[in-house]
Amino acid sequence: MKRSSFLSLALATVALVAIPACKPKAVAAGSGTRLLNVSYDPTREFYEAVNVAFKKKWAADGKGEINIEQSHGGSGKQARGVIDGLEADVVTLALAGDIDVIAKEAKLLPADWQSKLPQNSSPYTSTIVFVVRKGNPKGIKDWSDLIKDGTQVITPNPKTSGGARWNYLAAWAWANKEYGGDEAKTLDYITKLFKNVPVLDAGARGSTTTFAERKIGDVLLAWENEAFLTKKQFPGETEIVYPSLSILAEPPVAVVEENAKKHGTAELAKAYLEFLYTDEAQDLAGQNFYRPRNEKIAAKYSNELPSIPLVTVDKDFGGWAKAQKAHFDDGGTFDKIYSRGK
Amino acid sequence: MAYRSSTNESLPVRIVLIVVAVLILSLFLLLPLAAVFIEAFRNGYDVFIAALTDPVAMSAIKLTLFAAAIAVPLNTIFGVSAAWIVTKFRFKGRSFLLAMIDLPFAVSPVIAGLVFVLLFGARGWFGPWLGEHNLKIIFAVPGIALATTFVTFPFVARELIPLMETQGSDQEEAAVTLGARGWTIFWRVTLPNIKWGLLYGVLLCNARAMGEFGAVSVVSGHIRNKTNTLPLHIEILFNEYHSSAAFACAALLALLALVTMAIKSLVEHFTGHQAGGAAK
Repeated sequence: MKRSSFLSLALATVALVAIPACKPKAVAAGSGTRLLNVSYDPTREFYEAVNVAFKKKWAADGKGEINIEQSHGGSGKQARGVIDGLEADVVTLALAGDIDVIAKEAKLLPADWQSKLPQNSSPYTSTIVFVVRKGNPKGIKDWSDLIKDGTQVITPNPKTSGGARWNYLAAWAWANKEYGGDEAKTLDYITKLFKNVPVLDAGARGSTTTFAERKIGDVLLAWENEAFLTKKQFPGETEIVYPSLSILAEPPVAVVEENAKKHGTAELAKAYLEFLYTDEAQDLAGQNFYRPRNEKIAAKYSNELPSIPLVTVDKDFGGWAKAQKAHFDDGGTFDKIYSRGK
Repeated sequence: MAYRSSTNESLPVRIVLIVVAVLILSLFLLLPLAAVFIEAFRNGYDVFIAALTDPVAMSAIKLTLFAAAIAVPLNTIFGVSAAWIVTKFRFKGRSFLLAMIDLPFAVSPVIAGLVFVLLFGARGWFGPWLGEHNLKIIFAVPGIALATTFVTFPFVARELIPLMETQGSDQEEAAVTLGARGWTIFWRVTLPNIKWGLLYGVLLCNARAMGEFGAVSVVSGHIRNKTNTLPLHIEILFNEYHSSAAFACAALLALLALVTMAIKSLVEHFTGHQAGGAAK
């Protein structure tokens, strides 16, 4: 009696470990080659449109049916996933720093990945703008208004969100200019700014939902495309304010070469990213409120996406590696503002 | 009155207690439940149906059922074996085993998920070996089944242990004296005694398996049509401003829970209002 119950316990334990492990492809079904695009939060609608167009083109070229899978989340979180084994064929993240981490930690793509495609491997750009409530009741016009008492600012967490890091650097750039490069005063400004943040979401989309759906906060620091999308989704509820200075955000794309090699999708992955530079995809970028790199197509959208003074990470912060280390890594300025106490 | 009140609180005290209980129940349980269903049907019945028959939603529903179909039988086998061993025998390490059974209740699901990433992730302990043999656990279906199984591990065992404890092993011992052997005793004596308790545990286990969010979210990778379970799909829909679709799926999930609870009540009815009692 004793033996048989031990036996069943042992059997149960074995089954527990073995059965799930031997079923790696249980639900995987369907036709054609698969391509997994691991992307950041606000690109959902854009890549939905791109995927339809690319699939059509790929089939029209006689290369067969393909299936493009999407995964979205905070840019840093997604990079972490790819490092831990989320087998992306291509990554389309919010900033170069996150792809650098994949190259450095997991060696899934070469360190010089950013030179593989034109324009820093960023087929579209964006910037950081303010979203305020209809009629701008708090009269928010520029970065200086964000640190006023009683103004609630919504931004995601720079540790996990790419958009939040662009927000942070844009604020930093403005303060740096305003205080003539005095770092203590700049840090003081940023500290005050984050004192006004009641909710730190993990990703850009979480922040947008907090602001637009849950109606928390007076101003949302957001991607320009996310700001327009909010305006479209919640008509008549929000307005976009362009600050006096913002940052040129270059969300980069890259083939995760080791994964693509393993899946036999190297050619497809490359073609997919190159497709982003075609007139058709550039136009889709414009339609989804990204700034197209193609100047002719960008001109078409210049009324909606006005040109404002923009700093760049490369010129003003010495590149992502340096900016990441100075501001967002452990012990960087972002940690300082919290250790200084709220 | 047929029964004499077992308490002697005055009427006002009783009224206050009842009002407080009803208020809390309505606020924390009924109101949110009602909100889910109202939101789900706000844009009409067609939107509700469309949200559930959408291919992405269908694949999420299938995956959720699949994960439950793995987790529930495994945990049933485990739960019965563990309860049997813990209640019918006294041995060294028994209390340790009891504590281990409760572990999945005690740790946060997020940590459960992260532990699996640590073990089976590309850079985890077994990651390189799995990679060489082209086996995928994390960010694939096995990881989801594994996380679900882990989180729902204690339900059946926890339900059976107190029940079997009170029953003792007299009947089994009697069976032994009559010459019955291990499996015969289990099938003919033990199982009939615990069947309602077992069913109750299985139902709870199933409800939790289908609703699990935290641990599954960590190991899922959120790939549409592939590694999205229903709870994850609800979050994605909500984030994409498809509020009604999100609530439609939430309503389905809530409905599954309500059906489970209804069956549970039936079970209780059959056992004569004892939580999985011995009476047949």
